[in-house]
Amino acid sequence: MAAHLSSGRVNLTALREAGRRELREFLDKCAGSKAIVWDEYLTGPFGLIAQYSLLKEHEVEKMFTLKPGRLPQADVKNIIFFVRPKLELMDIITDNVLREDRGRSPQRDFHILFVPRRSLLCEQWLKEQGVLGSFIHREQYSLDLIPFDGDLLSMESESAFKECYLESDQTTLYHAAKGLMTLQALYGTIPQIFGKGECARHVANMMIRMKREFPGSQNSIFPVFDTLLLLDRNVDLLTPLATQLTYEGLIDEIYGIQNTYVKLPPEKFAPKKQGEGGKDLPTEPKKLQLNSAEELYAEIRDKNFNAVGSVLSKKAKIISAAFEERHHAKTVGEIKQFVSQLPHMQAARSSLANHTSIAELIKDITTSEDFFDNLTVEQEFMSGIDTDKVNNYIEDCIAQKHPLIKILRLVCLQSVCNSGLKQKVLDYYKREILQTYGYEHILTLNNLEKAGLLKPQTSGRNNYPTIRKTLRLWMDDVNEQNPNDISYVYSGYAPLSVRLAQLLARPGWRSIEEVLKMLPGPHFEERQQLPTGLQKKRQHGENRVTLVFFLGGVTYAEIAALRFLSQMEDGGTEYVIATTKLINGTSWIKSLMEKLEPAPF
Amino acid sequence: MSRARADEEEYWHSSKFRAFTFDDEDDELSQLKESKRAVNSLRDIVDDDDDDLERVSWSGEPVGSISWSIRETASSSSSSLEGQDSSQQKGSSSYAAFPKQASSYSLSSLFKGEVSPMQYGLPQESLSDIGVKNYAPELRRPKAEYKDYSSDWSPKDTVIRMQRGKVCSLERFRSLQDKLVLLDEAVARHDGNVITAVLIFLKRTLKREILFRELEVRQVALCHLIYFLKETGEQKLLLDLLRTDCASFPFLQLSQYREHLNIQDVEKRREFLKGCIGLPFSAEDSSHIQDHYTLLERQIIIEANDRHLETAGQSEIFRKYPRKASILNMPLVTTLFYSCFYHYTEAEGMFSSPTNLKKTFKIPDKQYVLTALAARAKLRAWEDVDALFTTKNWLGYTKKKAPIGFHRVVEILQRNNAPVQVLQEYVRLVEDVETRLNLATKYKCHDVVIETYRDLKDRIQLTAYKCKVDRGSAEEEKINSILNNMVRKH
Repeated sequence: MAAHLSSGRVNLTALREAGRRELREFLDKCAGSKAIVWDEYLTGPFGLIAQYSLLKEHEVEKMFTLKPGRLPQADVKNIIFFVRPKLELMDIITDNVLREDRGRSPQRDFHILFVPRRSLLCEQWLKEQGVLGSFIHREQYSLDLIPFDGDLLSMESESAFKECYLESDQTTLYHAAKGLMTLQALYGTIPQIFGKGECARHVANMMIRMKREFPGSQNSIFPVFDTLLLLDRNVDLLTPLATQLTYEGLIDEIYGIQNTYVKLPPEKFAPKKQGEGGKDLPTEPKKLQLNSAEELYAEIRDKNFNAVGSVLSKKAKIISAAFEERHHAKTVGEIKQFVSQLPHMQAARSSLANHTSIAELIKDITTSEDFFDNLTVEQEFMSGIDTDKVNNYIEDCIAQKHPLIKILRLVCLQSVCNSGLKQKVLDYYKREILQTYGYEHILTLNNLEKAGLLKPQTSGRNNYPTIRKTLRLWMDDVNEQNPNDISYVYSGYAPLSVRLAQLLARPGWRSIEEVLKMLPGPHFEERQQLPTGLQKKRQHGENRVTLVFFLGGVTYAEIAALRFLSQMEDGGTEYVIATTKLINGTSWIKSLMEKLEPAPF
Repeated sequence: MSRARADEEEYWHSSKFRAFTFDDEDDELSQLKESKRAVNSLRDIVDDDDDDLERVSWSGEPVGSISWSIRETASSSSSSLEGQDSSQQKGSSSYAAFPKQASSYSLSSLFKGEVSPMQYGLPQESLSDIGVKNYAPELRRPKAEYKDYSSDWSPKDTVIRMQRGKVCSLERFRSLQDKLVLLDEAVARHDGNVITAVLIFLKRTLKREILFRELEVRQVALCHLIYFLKETGEQKLLLDLLRTDCASFPFLQLSQYREHLNIQDVEKRREFLKGCIGLPFSAEDSSHIQDHYTLLERQIIIEANDRHLETAGQSEIFRKYPRKASILNMPLVTTLFYSCFYHYTEAEGMFSSPTNLKKTFKIPDKQYVLTALAARAKLRAWEDVDALFTTKNWLGYTKKKAPIGFHRVVEILQRNNAPVQVLQEYVRLVEDVETRLNLATKYKCHDVVIETYRDLKDRIQLTAYKCKVDRGSAEEEKINSILNNMVRKH
């Protein structure tokens, strides 16, 4: 079930195993048969830790989604609520508990498991409603870093960026530091910590303090990671705004990947058997899991979309040839061998079918005129063209009332690529947006301004060209088919964040001091002492392992760029990626928008 | 800065910019097709249902995953429940249906909880073997934890204990000084839950004025208090807070303004917005909020009036095109469209007249023309459309002018199914020849195409175009006569 987690340089199965163990221990505390009532948001992340079979082994007989009303009549001894500590969820739980039939026998016991932390506020709330006493066990399950793939960890904390930069609430950073302590407990102390940005500084400080506050604790595990690089998302606000052009990035941009799953329109995945078609066209979206356990996906996920078609067609030829083999199988032995390979071939075929369909779906969009126009404007901005005046395309999009998020992405991109917009230009955009989409969006515009995404150019100077040139963010000669630089993931733009990681590994940040000063927040280096016995003696040619932690979110294209660096022959560094949340421009901007009441009609 | 289409083309071909197209369109497509074909052909060979092989349900959920099982167990027990089943199925099969909450746990949550085995209390013996057993050895219980409960923890120790989920009495912190040290210590640790716990204690034990005064210089703590008050619905205290000096932070003003969204009654909402106007926003925000108020005020007047007109059934326009929704709370541009649709000819003195709206809200010409054009085109009022672009100079000559460019006019008209006669009039006015030809060809404005080729003296294209028009039609004749009359180039 979790083979993909052990495929990378660092075996992340151990982390998953630890999570499973904690879950089992909790379940065993509530003796007897159980039903779990799920805060539905949690089922996705939990699914990456455990399957139903594990729960079943521990006497979980029924599972329900949390909603108001009377709980279903399941004949179990325990009812356990798995919830995030949110007041609105507490209200639902209260309703459930109050409606429980007191006359039933045997009585059912109630428990709460808070994810990731218990909350005094929630418990007080329950107390005020007079139901707190109904719960026998009230515990917490610290699901800080969830393994997503062999080289990828996420906290799936949706609002991390908003909380840190807008609301001055750095609780997520505290969780991140705790997650890193857990990681160090499993994989050894990380000797070197680098960082850039305010949040990075906070996290490093917390880690150092946590270590200090447990004096005498000595980690005797040989360190797996050589370096930790902490990066604030606000050091690189540009990258997530651009449209990702890798295969996985585009899937996320267009359909949204949630906890490694994607939901796709079902038409292209219609049942293949003849006679079935027509009458039973599926209406439910097709749901697919996307991770490196699928061989073909692992191969194409990080490629520029323009290079995906040729791989798919090559695969098709190989598989066809493999199936043709059956004609040559003459002897019983040969037939037997062919048959034994059949399951593998069938899996490969079905994988190929799925990705061919997905590629077709994406291609419909990438070849549309609007996608082209939008990308053109993005690339103009990123290469520094006409960033200081009102853009015609954006104006047209507003006039045609394109989705607001699209407008905001473009305007923010322009602002970031110009170190802020001229006051006149900014005012113009604002007015157009408010008049067309409604004045209440002033709240959203303010949030964007506070996050630094949309702002007036204060210093009167545009630093972006210097940053772009020094860090080589725009590459003219990009090779999408056989890339030689990370800029292939955006067909020309090299993500700033990944460039920082790349330059840190070689030749070191000292070479870019000037540019680092132009980017927000401090940059720093810390060392954590290792006992002499644990100090690494590097074998010749052995790669270093760096954990890059994106505080505030990371895109699939950035992950692809880091994987590309890991695979470079003379790279010398392999990367593992951690983040507070996997994001794309749309989900990111959405998280910064004020939630407005839906119109009453 | 508007590049003509042709320039754009050239720009793209000559510049270094890479647009996202497939290098070899046909090849790429054929590659995809090829793999599709291969896949399809394989279906005949392997007819087994691979779903069995992969053990995934149709929706892609691996059999045995949590969300799959919720559905399974829920539906298996559903027979005993009335009406629960369908909503459960629906709920568990679609994440999208689940409302994403604005707040997250870290704001609303206060941790006091117990220590989980994941963090502490693991036996030291297991340190040596790698694996799950020695989970979190670094976070082992420190010696201090074994000490008996003590009542004189320093502020720092108290915060550390709270962070670890120990019950702590804060009551011993009596002096203001102590309380503030405690708060600062909590803030320094970035754990929102401890910060909020301390704030609740301060809120209970300090006078409001003192609390607010101290928070003025502690922005982080102030933010936490505001979110706490919002979360728990303590509007009264929140408003008190907003009236203090703390409120000099602009974001607090906006959070006051935000409240209007929770007011459903339009009259009350209007009153509320009126109250917001006086708040010290930035100059620019303040003008937007003033506009917001004015707009809602207008909408209320228009709505009352129009609803009356509509129910009375006397007005033809409302009979012919009944309103789909009320205009209340709609954006300005939508309101303008509405007014251009239902109240186009009204005098400027009327609140509902388009010109009045344009003036009051300083709507730019471009915006106004676009909106008016769309509204009048929808009504197929072609004369109004014509008037929109006709200007007279002082000599009385008329001239056609469009601030948005005639190619945009054509697009909008076309979207509203304008007849060819109307369309071609505007296609003719498109200045750039290339664009004009493209549009004319696309929308079959034969006359314009023919005239343009005539003016270009392009015999070849003109001859070629003959096959696009109906045989024996007036257009064909026109082409023939032009071809005959055209002076041959040598």
